[in-house]
Amino acid sequence: MDYRIDETTAIVAIGGELDHHSLRETSMAVNRIIDTYLPKTLVLDMGGVRFMDSSGLALVIGGSRKMSELNGRVIIRNVPPQPMKVLNAAGISRFVTIEHTGKVV
Amino acid sequence: MKKHDKMKLEIESKSINEGFARAAVAAFAARLDPSLEELGDIKTAVSEAVTNCIVHAYPDSIGLVQINCRVFEDYIEIKIRDYGRGIADIARAREPMYTTGGSDRSGMGFTVMESFMDELRVRSREGIGTTVTMQKRIKPRK
Repeated sequence: MDYRIDETTAIVAIGGELDHHSLRETSMAVNRIIDTYLPKTLVLDMGGVRFMDSSGLALVIGGSRKMSELNGRVIIRNVPPQPMKVLNAAGISRFVTIEHTGKVV
Repeated sequence: MKKHDKMKLEIESKSINEGFARAAVAAFAARLDPSLEELGDIKTAVSEAVTNCIVHAYPDSIGLVQINCRVFEDYIEIKIRDYGRGIADIARAREPMYTTGGSDRSGMGFTVMESFMDELRVRSREGIGTTVTMQKRIKPRK
C-alpha cells in the first residue's frame, strides 16, 4: 500500500475493490501505519477505489475510531462517485472530514 | 432485445466470489442499458447480500449461495438465497449500524441495499436459510 508521512500527517492511498474479501488486508495495513507513525491526521486518499461496499465503511469508521483514541482525526479525499454514495448512505460526515479535491499521493 | 430473460448462478460462500457475483449480475443487467450509477447501485446491493451469506449464513462453514436474476422491460429482480443459519430477528438486522459481525462489519448492509434498490424483501427461517429479493428500476435513456 502506498503511503507517505508529512510531519504529523499520514497520507494513505486506498485502491482497488474494497469489499469484505479485501478488507482485512487493507485495514491491517492502515492500522500498521497508524501504530508505526502515530499521526495526528490520517488522510485516506480514495482516488484509486474502483468499487466499495459497506466493508469500506467499516474501514473508514474503524480508522476514525482508532484515530480519535490518539486524539487525531481522519480526512478522506478524492472519493469517486460510487464509494461516495455508500459513504453518504451511512452519514459518514458525522465521523470524518471529506475533502473533494486534493493532491494525489 | 428480449424483454424477459433470466439467469441463475450458484456459488460457494467464499469471499473471493463476492467480486465475481457482483460482476456477473452487472454483466447480466447490462442489457437494460443502466447508467453507471444504476449499475453501481446493483453491484453494491449484490455485494452486500452475498457478503451477508458468507459472514452470517455460513459463519463456520462453506455453503451454497444461489443468485436468481430476472429482467423485465424496465427493471431487474435479483433473488439471493442461502441455506444457512437464518436471521433470528429480521427487523433488528435491518436497523442501521446493527451487526452481529464484530468491528470488521459496519452493520450497514441492509441499509445500503434498501437505499440503493427500489424494493427489498427479506425472508428467513432459523436453521433453514434466508432469501433476499431486490428490485431495481432502470430508467429508460434516450
